[in-house]
Amino acid sequence: MRNALGKAAVAASLAIAVGGLVASPAVLAQDMSKGIQVAAAHGGMDKKEETPAQKGKKVADNRSTGNCAACHSFAGAQAPGNAGPPLVAMKARFPNKADLRAQIWDATAKNPKSLMPPFGKHLILTEEEVDQVTEWAYGL
Amino acid sequence: MKKHFITAVAALALAAAGPVFAKVNPQADLKKFQDYFTKKFPKTPKHDFSNGVYSINPEARKEWQAIEEFPPYDPAIDRGKKLWTKPFANGKTLASCFKNGDKLESKAKPGLKQHYPYFDKVSGKVRTLEMDINQCLKDNGEKEMGYVKGAIADVMAYVAFHSRGKKVNVVVPNDPRALAIYEQGKQHFYAKRGQLNFSCADCHMYNGGMLLRADTTSPAFGSAANWPVYRMKWANVRTLHERYQGCNKLVRAQPFGHGSEEYNALEYFHTYMNNGLPITGPSSRK
Repeated sequence: MRNALGKAAVAASLAIAVGGLVASPAVLAQDMSKGIQVAAAHGGMDKKEETPAQKGKKVADNRSTGNCAACHSFAGAQAPGNAGPPLVAMKARFPNKADLRAQIWDATAKNPKSLMPPFGKHLILTEEEVDQVTEWAYGL
Repeated sequence: MKKHFITAVAALALAAAGPVFAKVNPQADLKKFQDYFTKKFPKTPKHDFSNGVYSINPEARKEWQAIEEFPPYDPAIDRGKKLWTKPFANGKTLASCFKNGDKLESKAKPGLKQHYPYFDKVSGKVRTLEMDINQCLKDNGEKEMGYVKGAIADVMAYVAFHSRGKKVNVVVPNDPRALAIYEQGKQHFYAKRGQLNFSCADCHMYNGGMLLRADTTSPAFGSAANWPVYRMKWANVRTLHERYQGCNKLVRAQPFGHGSEEYNALEYFHTYMNNGLPITGPSSRK
């Protein structure tokens, strides 16, 4: 008796679930047109997402996150400081991109007396932001 | 037998090692500290270090000299004089609590600020001028002042002004309690702290004179001789511990309290390292 009831309950719930998945054609069409409207408001469906490097530049320029120009000069830096070396020829200086990331994450690993704040280790930046800044810096 | 022998040798070795840290030697530290700066900035006349960034940045110096034609701290000195000489309810004055307090403006010009901070044998603590001013008020049944701005800054400005030219002369006696406080201040100066992981020495010694954005960092040799300061940013005169707080916060470290033992220790070390430099307070800074 119990078994039968159980099977029926399972069957019923399955039917409801599957029924929900299969939307009516009318509903589908409505969703798609709304999607197109949303995309149009943001400059068209072809608008590209910001690249990691572009995001990284914003993180670098922001005084409360990277604030890189406080100590480093680089192309486009506003009134940069000179406590650290200029950021140029980065691909030549860091042939291995992972080394650059590690330097940003914690410069004191290589030089305990480094003035550079440990941006990753001390949670000044999120791991994602460290990735983004690395992409930006690598292109300098 | 062998086991006991090894243990005994180990125990002897530990005992012979004595205290883990090297013997505290302020005089040796002072020479090293000052030599570092005079070598790094060889063109700067020694007395000019009391003028901070203006001794090493010619552009900033021009701006500073223009400001000094109408010094923004002048009103503070005038107010400070009134507070120093105004009689309490009991007839005494602030001046009466201090050695040569009544003679600050005399021809003898004994000065006062150059002796601060000092180690007080009775309490075993370092005392700052702000502390002694408030102690005087308390002892005479008067209301104490704050520690940062307003009345206390005015009095500090008056005392500093009439101590100008006197050479900083902080004494660290050969008393283990004084040496311990000196060492505490020294450690604060050299230890990295805060989320941004900077020590005072990072910006004001190893990279004193460098550019952070468009600001030049001041060398620590000289930065204790010019207080209190009218900072453009504050638009009024404030005392040294306010700046210590600002610096701690800047590197995202927990600041200590105005008049705290930690800042007293730091001020003790910092000012001692400025021994021999002329007092230039009160001063204007950016």
